[in-house]
Amino acid sequence: MHLLETKDLGIVFGGLQALNELHMVIDDGEIVGLIGPNGAGKTTVFNLLTGVYVPSGGAIRLEGNSIIGKKPYQINRIGIARTFQNIRLFKNMTVADNIKVAMNQNMKYKILTAMFRLPGCWRQEREVDKKARELLRIFDMEDTADQMAANLPYGQQRKLEILRALASKPKLLLLDEPAAGMNPTETRDLMETIRDIRGRFNVAILLIEHDMSLVMNVCERLYVLDYGTLIAEGSPDKIRKNEKVIAAYLGC
Amino acid sequence: MGGTKKSIGVSYIINTTLVVLLFFVLLIFINTGVIGRYNTQVLTLVCINIILAVSLNLVTGVLGQLVLGHAGFMLVGAYASALFTKNIGLPLSISFPISLLLGGLLAALFGVVIGIPALRLRGDYLAIITLGFGEIIRVVSYNLEITNGAKALSGIKSLSNRQNPSPMFIYAFLIAVFIIVILFTFGRSRHGRAVISIREDEIASESMGINTIYYKLFVFVFAAFIAGVAGGIFAHNYGTIDPAKFDFNRSVEILIMVVLGGMGSITGSIISAGSLTILSEKLRDFSQYRMILYSVILIIVMLFRPSGLLGRYEISVPKILRYIKKRSSNKKVPPEAREE
Ligand SMILES: Nc1ncnc2c1ncn2[C@@H]1O[C@H](COP(=O)(O)OP(=O)(O)OP(=O)(O)O)[C@@H](O)[C@H]1O
Ligand SMILES: [Mg+2]
Repeated sequence: MHLLETKDLGIVFGGLQALNELHMVIDDGEIVGLIGPNGAGKTTVFNLLTGVYVPSGGAIRLEGNSIIGKKPYQINRIGIARTFQNIRLFKNMTVADNIKVAMNQNMKYKILTAMFRLPGCWRQEREVDKKARELLRIFDMEDTADQMAANLPYGQQRKLEILRALASKPKLLLLDEPAAGMNPTETRDLMETIRDIRGRFNVAILLIEHDMSLVMNVCERLYVLDYGTLIAEGSPDKIRKNEKVIAAYLGC
Repeated sequence: MGGTKKSIGVSYIINTTLVVLLFFVLLIFINTGVIGRYNTQVLTLVCINIILAVSLNLVTGVLGQLVLGHAGFMLVGAYASALFTKNIGLPLSISFPISLLLGGLLAALFGVVIGIPALRLRGDYLAIITLGFGEIIRVVSYNLEITNGAKALSGIKSLSNRQNPSPMFIYAFLIAVFIIVILFTFGRSRHGRAVISIREDEIASESMGINTIYYKLFVFVFAAFIAGVAGGIFAHNYGTIDPAKFDFNRSVEILIMVVLGGMGSITGSIISAGSLTILSEKLRDFSQYRMILYSVILIIVMLFRPSGLLGRYEISVPKILRYIKKRSSNKKVPPEAREE
């Protein structure tokens, strides 16, 4: 059984077929790339996988179970977490609190317990605080924990979004252009960290990225979209030589 | 946040002491007649308005959903609790607290009915729907027999009287303190973080596992409940209510208190609700200009402090002391070493 499987997945926006019959599989612990020219439908795939859009047709299965019709928060709880192409942090919350929001689903104490500060909540709050700070260490960001997220430099905002997604304990992590706006050194570091994360958290990663050399480097398999249609899939070497892919990228 | 455990403990003790002190000082003044009956009523109204402002702040400031009909929930609570104590035939000392709970619950029920359709949608539907609710509930209560129609509902008994002038104030004060405390602890819990994350980015919040509809509905209904309780105290504080007391202007008045204090700041709401209430009572003779006065204050604050007096921050006496200490010690440091 695959971790994730889509069959004939498609969506139409008022006449525009933004995605057409996508077949895709991802197995545990894989790093898979999703590439394609602007407007190819990559982000749309993420929105479908996370329940933001409801597909016009087709199936999405996580560990064999259909997730179509589930709400985004339910899908996150059963194991898919994402980052956004245009960063969506909780800007006026602290860095640590951003992460703790994602950990909410694994905390137990009730609203009344919170209002009356009963013992349970202290313990859980301490635990979650410790975990949040530990997570920040992955990107050497532990000293930013009490800053407002809005005050982080751009690169760290992108990293915080990844950490926030990880905090929800996903089996599949979707990263939408995580290196956008970073310089080459930062990008290389980030890719190292992505490999590291895969090992440490035992998570599969689906990665949208524009920087081709980078994708080729870090991904084990690639899917290539153009105008909402899958035009190629396979290993980086295979994709590099694929004529359709070359044409699609030269054409734009 | 960020403070050490010890400093949190210390400020907790200081704040508690100050509130207890304030309470007993006021109580002694009221019982000895230093604060007269009229001013006691005003103080009770201050507490009521604080309750209303902090509850609206929860929805509009913390959750980020605009509500334009908070007075409507107050109306429901006011009439429900007044009619209950008038008709139940129990001693007021028993029926009054029950009536407050009842008023709150009925207001909460209206909150559920309005909230479910409005909050399932993303966007500012709640503002429009609550605006409509406020107007409809007022017009309906003008025309019902049970509310005594356009004539005021009068003869609502108060717990306070000449011999014992303080019970209404005690109720209002203690309920205000209680509500403020639970809103604080709620706000700093995992649930509070979830609610704030919805204000910050609803889509991101939902994709991080937050059941946004559940939290939006809870917060809105809870605020409606609190407004209902405030309405109940209000009715018994004045003895007479009519629908005009809960009109759109009243909703806006509460909203202004929240905006002035700083959206999302509980202490900000307390300060602005307190000062605006006292100010408008002192300027009673010019009451027709009250909304103009509010508007002018609002414009001035928005010009100079667009996020309200306190923005999203909370203040407390220990914090102020720490701030003053820091400033005075900073002055002694040479300027080039003073980098933050
Ligand atoms: N909610 C929507 N309503 C209408 N059209 C949409 C919607 N979302 C996406 N589209 C359209 O679907 C197509 C694919 O968009 P998508 O954002 O998935 O592209 P992308 O591959 O992520 O591109 P980029 O590299 O620029 O991020 C585009 O033509 C876009 O305009
Ligand atoms: Mg995109």
